[in-house]
Amino acid sequence: MSKRAFVRFCFVPLAVLVTAFFVLPMARLVLVGASGDQGLRAYAAILLDPRYRATLFNTVSLAAATTIASLVVATISGLFLQRHRFLGHSLLVAMLTFPLAFPGVVVGFMIILLAGRQGLLGDVTLHLFGTKEVFAYSLQGLFLGYLYFSIPRVILTIMAAVEKLDPSLEEAARTLGASPWRVVRDVILPALAPALIASGAIAFATAMGAFGTAFTLATDVAVLPMLIYTEFTLSANIALAAALSVGLGLVTWAILALARSYGGTSIAAAG
Amino acid sequence: MRDRLIFSAQLLFTMLVAAFLIVPAALSMLAGITLNYFRGIQSGLTLQWVVQVWELYSDTIFRSLVIALATLGVTLVVGIPAAYGLHLRSDRFSRAIEEIITLPLAIPGLALALALLLTYGGFSDFRRSWLFILAGHAVYTLPFMVRSVLAVFGAIDVKTLDEGAASLGASPWRRFRDVIVPNAAPGILAGSLMVVTLSLGEFNLTWMLHTPLTKTLPVGLADSYASMRLEVASAYTLVFFVMIIPLLVAMQIFAGYRRGPTVLPR
Repeated sequence: MSKRAFVRFCFVPLAVLVTAFFVLPMARLVLVGASGDQGLRAYAAILLDPRYRATLFNTVSLAAATTIASLVVATISGLFLQRHRFLGHSLLVAMLTFPLAFPGVVVGFMIILLAGRQGLLGDVTLHLFGTKEVFAYSLQGLFLGYLYFSIPRVILTIMAAVEKLDPSLEEAARTLGASPWRVVRDVILPALAPALIASGAIAFATAMGAFGTAFTLATDVAVLPMLIYTEFTLSANIALAAALSVGLGLVTWAILALARSYGGTSIAAAG
Repeated sequence: MRDRLIFSAQLLFTMLVAAFLIVPAALSMLAGITLNYFRGIQSGLTLQWVVQVWELYSDTIFRSLVIALATLGVTLVVGIPAAYGLHLRSDRFSRAIEEIITLPLAIPGLALALALLLTYGGFSDFRRSWLFILAGHAVYTLPFMVRSVLAVFGAIDVKTLDEGAASLGASPWRRFRDVIVPNAAPGILAGSLMVVTLSLGEFNLTWMLHTPLTKTLPVGLADSYASMRLEVASAYTLVFFVMIIPLLVAMQIFAGYRRGPTVLPR
């Protein structure tokens, strides 16, 4: 066999797997999305139907809030961990990255243990204020869950970016008399901007598509993946579920493409 | 003085964040071996919940292991040759292929699962077997294997190795088997750890693809969270932790989290 033929042969298993279980099914999904009573209009339903629009609004707000909060947390802790070495440093880094491999359902369970009916926060507030705070199943609980799986991802990207910063720029700013806050605002944050945008986009896309966490918490807050799930399984509204998931897929893909153009790498959009 | 204050404040903040992530995980491990979580640790420690999980859910644990290993097998057979081909070509065609195989990461698992259901739902034997779940896992984890192997090819001089072996008269297949694959070993190892970890924890796809007879560990977890007492759910989660922690440690040793987020799971 010639070299050319061999290289071509190398692509055969890939072509079979990807065509059969990704390309064809996705094409089918797009077609089914337009096959309901509404036809192609199903694709516009997410914007036109008030109920779906409210769900979209919830999902985007929640994803945006998660993104901002995890960027703030990760920048403070990421800068700190990359700049200082102390006893227990690597333990702290390990603790902050450990939840990376948790599936969304497990993250949901973590929030139940924290703020559910038998949760830690409920016990603490019962002792302190005499009232038991239970918010795992509300919007706040969902937000906490999304934060839980976003923080480890964002921290890693920020730490990698901080490592590449040129410390002499900060020293120059300091010798010129800049306060620590001004050094952060005028030197460090601008230099971190690409990493912030890239990791922010990844956090946003992940939060948009997160299913397991919302599923476990079974909140009354409607988010897009839960809507797709209930339309498909409970209402058997298959065309609409297909159209919604194509729409969601396009949005998360576009956001991750943006992240990549800023030097980030696309990470699994789930949680 | 001021620096000291900033340092302490940042340290305290970071420790609080770490506590937010670790305390619930520690609580769940504890709850899994506590006789009565409501009364607390004073009620005594027990393994009865772990035993109960074993009786109720051991089939899901074995099935998840089988699926994870089968997924690894598929991604090895498909991913290594593909990475080799992609590296040798490095043209517009290969970039387009890379883009397509990374797409399953960028779209939510729910969409991919729905697509598979709509396409293969009618083939009931396939639909009902664990191979259906395997198909989803293979497509979803493949990009991690391909990228991980590609990263190694980018770091070593594949062309020279390949040409060297060719000048000694080795056939393309022998060069691939005896020169390329052994040299890609670090990437194959890192990719394999990632694929197995991801497959073991995969929920979003699997929840849609499973049947009552093909439940996996994360599917069983969701089931126990919804219907079992907290101690049983915790014991089950404990089993899951015990399974993935060695993989995470191995990943830290061999692949190194520090190399950046290219290789990070969901």
